[in-house]
Amino acid sequence: MNAAQQEKILRVENLEVVYNDVVLVLKGLSLAAEKGKITALLGANGAGKSTTLKAISGLLEGEDGEVTEGAVVYKDKAIHNTPPDKIVRSGIFQVMEGRRVFEDLTVEENLKCGAYTRPRSEYAGNLDKVYGYFPRLKERRKQLAGYMSGGEQQMLAIGRAIMASPKLLLLDEPSLGLAPLLVEEIFGIIKRFNEQEAVTILLVEQNARAALTIASQGYIMENGRIVLDGAAEELLGNPDVQEFYLGLSHGGERRSYRDVKHYRRRKRWLG
Amino acid sequence: MEHLLEHIIIGLALGSVYSLVALGFVIIYKATKVVNFAQGELVMVGAYICFAFTVQAGLPFVASFLLTLIFSVILALAIERLALRPLIGEPIISVIMVTIGMSAVLKTLVQLFWGTTKKNFPEVLPDVTVKIGGLPLEIEYIAAFILALLLFVIFSLFFKYSRKGVAMRATAFDQLAAASMGIGIKNIFAMSWCIAAIVSCFGGVIVGVIQDINTDLGHVGLLVFPAVILGGLDSLLGAALGGLFIGVLQKVCEGAAHEYLGLGGFGNVASFLFLVVILMIKPYGLFGTEEIERV
Ligand SMILES: Nc1ncnc2c1ncn2[C@@H]1O[C@H](COP(=O)(O)OP(=O)(O)O)[C@@H](O)[C@H]1O
Ligand SMILES: [Mg+2]
Repeated sequence: MNAAQQEKILRVENLEVVYNDVVLVLKGLSLAAEKGKITALLGANGAGKSTTLKAISGLLEGEDGEVTEGAVVYKDKAIHNTPPDKIVRSGIFQVMEGRRVFEDLTVEENLKCGAYTRPRSEYAGNLDKVYGYFPRLKERRKQLAGYMSGGEQQMLAIGRAIMASPKLLLLDEPSLGLAPLLVEEIFGIIKRFNEQEAVTILLVEQNARAALTIASQGYIMENGRIVLDGAAEELLGNPDVQEFYLGLSHGGERRSYRDVKHYRRRKRWLG
Repeated sequence: MEHLLEHIIIGLALGSVYSLVALGFVIIYKATKVVNFAQGELVMVGAYICFAFTVQAGLPFVASFLLTLIFSVILALAIERLALRPLIGEPIISVIMVTIGMSAVLKTLVQLFWGTTKKNFPEVLPDVTVKIGGLPLEIEYIAAFILALLLFVIFSLFFKYSRKGVAMRATAFDQLAAASMGIGIKNIFAMSWCIAAIVSCFGGVIVGVIQDINTDLGHVGLLVFPAVILGGLDSLLGAALGGLFIGVLQKVCEGAAHEYLGLGGFGNVASFLFLVVILMIKPYGLFGTEEIERV
């Protein structure tokens, strides 16, 4: 009975990714996402988080990146180096870093793009669903996406994903550039979407605290490898994580940014 | 000016051909950000293929026109597949250079098969004239105008409402983001070339029906360029109106230069002078999208 609960819908095994035939960015990365749960992938800028998501969604292809070793296994099938449109059709949808809304299309036209691979019969139902989660999008449905605020654009980016009825949702830094209150609101909606639709989510974040609050599992990566993983509460309580990713010293008070940065650098050299 | 109305009306008919060519430009630009300098040659190829089917093979006009459409679509797919797809991800300027090379290749091929002398289509439409503003006008001119209008409406609706049309606009804005939606970028590119070939083919056949064709017909691509810039490169309405406007401008200036200055062939010069002025005062054209800047 435990086996069914812990079904891994996605497994990334010893993945190596090279850009432009020379730059090795992922160096044997392994992780897994449990079906129906939120898994957080955390790490500093440049660690290789976005690259990991693109290797899963097939979008590496458009950036001259290539999986040279290892495998991405989704529902027991190897899918790395499959074109992105096929991957979307198989139920994996990536919300890219920086929102990437189509600025000169209206909100509703953006949502239509999210539904591109789905049968027409699903469209109206999914549109209602998106407007249910994000009533603000409904008010602005005729407006050009480019004229919306950063928070609304993030809602639209997630709305497009909902239109695609994904089984596995890859979210790349949804908190990027948003005010704390808005981050809380959006993360609340992500959690609700995950629970109501039983969608598996792989959540990439630099905002470790927000991510671990809604995730059940977490991985921490540095330099193209996983350096730590565990249950979310465990990671939140881990002194190293507190120090390097949550900005707390062992005494529980905030250290200065400069100290943290200094530590981080030293740790990298050692590792 | 003596024949002003006549110049305007002939200009509108000529302008509707320009509009179709401009639509072809804009459709490819909208989906792929490529400025296709072989657009005029697609028009020329359409006209010659239709000539081959009607005159050389002796088929009825409607059948040859349909065959010409099919041929144009296959040609566009071949061009996209063989010359342009290998360039996906390369700088846009290389792709543009390829379209310039292609225009020369297409022109040479046509000259190889059909020589450089003028060719005539048979009379396709009945020899009817309609009076507009007291001016007798051959029915071909009116048919050209209506056909261009019809195609414009069809493609406007396509880009506004159809799933594929919206996907094409999304691809034009951000290819990688479009790919992340599951939109097959290669399909979108191929489709935009097909549509551009179809409208060009209409343009070529209209020219053939109205007047003689020769291998200089490809220059229509360059003549239309002011229309496209005027329209703003990515606006269908802009392309259509720009095409009509350039047609009228050309005919009226030509007439005026002839009448008052005794100069011939001033029409083409006028449209390029106009282009320079437009680029100076409004580089996005009158209808094109400006980059949205958020504060
Ligand atoms: N298209 C690319 N070509 C070459 N190098 C890249 C490309 N994209 C990312 N990189 C490099 O790969 C590393 C990891 O980048 P990325 O996956 O974006 O990290 P993260 O999302 O964790 O910030 C960085 O050093 C970055 O410079
Ligand atoms: Mg990133």
